[in-house]
Amino acid sequence: MNVWQFMLQNHAEVLELTIEHLWLVGVSTILAVLIGIPLGILITRWPALNKPILGSANIIQTIPSLALFGFLLPAPWIGARADRLAILALTLYALLPLIRNTYVGIKGVDRAVVEAGRGMGMTNQQLLWQVELPLALGVIIAGVRVATVISVGLATIAAAIGAGGLGEYIFRGLAMVDNQVILAGAIPAALMALLADFSLGWLENRLSPH
Amino acid sequence: MSDANHPAIQFRNVSYRVNHTRELLHNLNLEIKSGETLVLLGRSGSGKTTTLKLINHLLAPSDGDILVNGRSTRDWDVIQLRRGIGYVIQDVGLFPHFTIARNIGLIPKIENWPEARIQSRTQELLRLVGLDSDIAARHPRELSGGQRQRVGVARALAADPPILLMDEPFGALDPITRAELQREFLGLQQRLRKTVVFVTHDLREALLLGTRIALLEAGCLITVLTPDDFVQSSEPLIAAYVNAFETSAPRGTP
Repeated sequence: MNVWQFMLQNHAEVLELTIEHLWLVGVSTILAVLIGIPLGILITRWPALNKPILGSANIIQTIPSLALFGFLLPAPWIGARADRLAILALTLYALLPLIRNTYVGIKGVDRAVVEAGRGMGMTNQQLLWQVELPLALGVIIAGVRVATVISVGLATIAAAIGAGGLGEYIFRGLAMVDNQVILAGAIPAALMALLADFSLGWLENRLSPH
Repeated sequence: MSDANHPAIQFRNVSYRVNHTRELLHNLNLEIKSGETLVLLGRSGSGKTTTLKLINHLLAPSDGDILVNGRSTRDWDVIQLRRGIGYVIQDVGLFPHFTIARNIGLIPKIENWPEARIQSRTQELLRLVGLDSDIAARHPRELSGGQRQRVGVARALAADPPILLMDEPFGALDPITRAELQREFLGLQQRLRKTVVFVTHDLREALLLGTRIALLEAGCLITVLTPDDFVQSSEPLIAAYVNAFETSAPRGTP
């Protein structure tokens, strides 16, 4: 039986795992955007926070994913359910590209433009929303794109702690020494990553000022 | 907001230091009259731009006070202060993601002018600085350097501020465009009578545009003179500046 026949026969399960996978990636990316972009803005305003915040996000990124899932297991509310735990871990991983790209994007806005705005009497809020964020948007979306693509891959490991997703097939296939089953998880995950990369790349181009 | 009894801008014993050590400006005392064009002249690092940025409080003085319309910049609400002062810089700093119309109408929009008034004001300003009205829908990257600088001037004039700060506005332009914009500036200033503080290192530009010229050297004000007195002065630093220019200027130019 080849991989296509396998997926056709188990299409309900493939769909269910794909939706679980999307759920893990989607929720964690949204959380990371909600936390990471404000943190990135924050460190452009208070440079003293730059090192501690970017440093922490960097350190999280160096922890092997399987170990991070393990570290979070004893956490009170989070550890009670595998999907919460997986979402938290994926959120933490996605933070670095988001914080860094927001910071770099805003810092990269032409200084003359910011100074002209400030000199004309724009408030910090007006500068941020009307000038800095719109001009940094392309770079910020590039961060979301990197974070999402990494997340799609990492989320397969969440199956190791029982959080579901397409990793289920990969781990099952590994245990059964059955390549077709591994591919039934890997192919949809790869397609999902490509799709996310393509659509966010398109958005990035659309929103870049030049 | 201007008052004939007060100078528009007044520096009182103003010093500016960076990190408590390096002094960029030393004990500056200077009065800028309402409606005059005061040129701050000096070479790089003499403190011209620092002086300018102290007026709209982009920099805060280490010592002393700057009075704008009789009130210290420390006591002004800084946003209100800046809205009453037009600011034009060499790099122009147009917002690249806004159309020309939106660039010019930014402060009126922030100040909640009605849309129709913003539009008519934008058209009026484009005419004033000698640009076609069909340029309004374009973006800054589609304009030439000279056109961009004209838009920069129009944007600074949008909310009709009584004071205009210009930091080497024509410095990056080719000589022909620069001469053209200088002439237009003179014509504009004759009509508008703004209080203008104009930074340049170009003596010819200073002599052409200034009502008075303030020469700065290493953070100190050397003197303030009218253009006529300036070229005739025997003060060594002024004479040195004038001489340096005469020898560097191509033959045949005054």
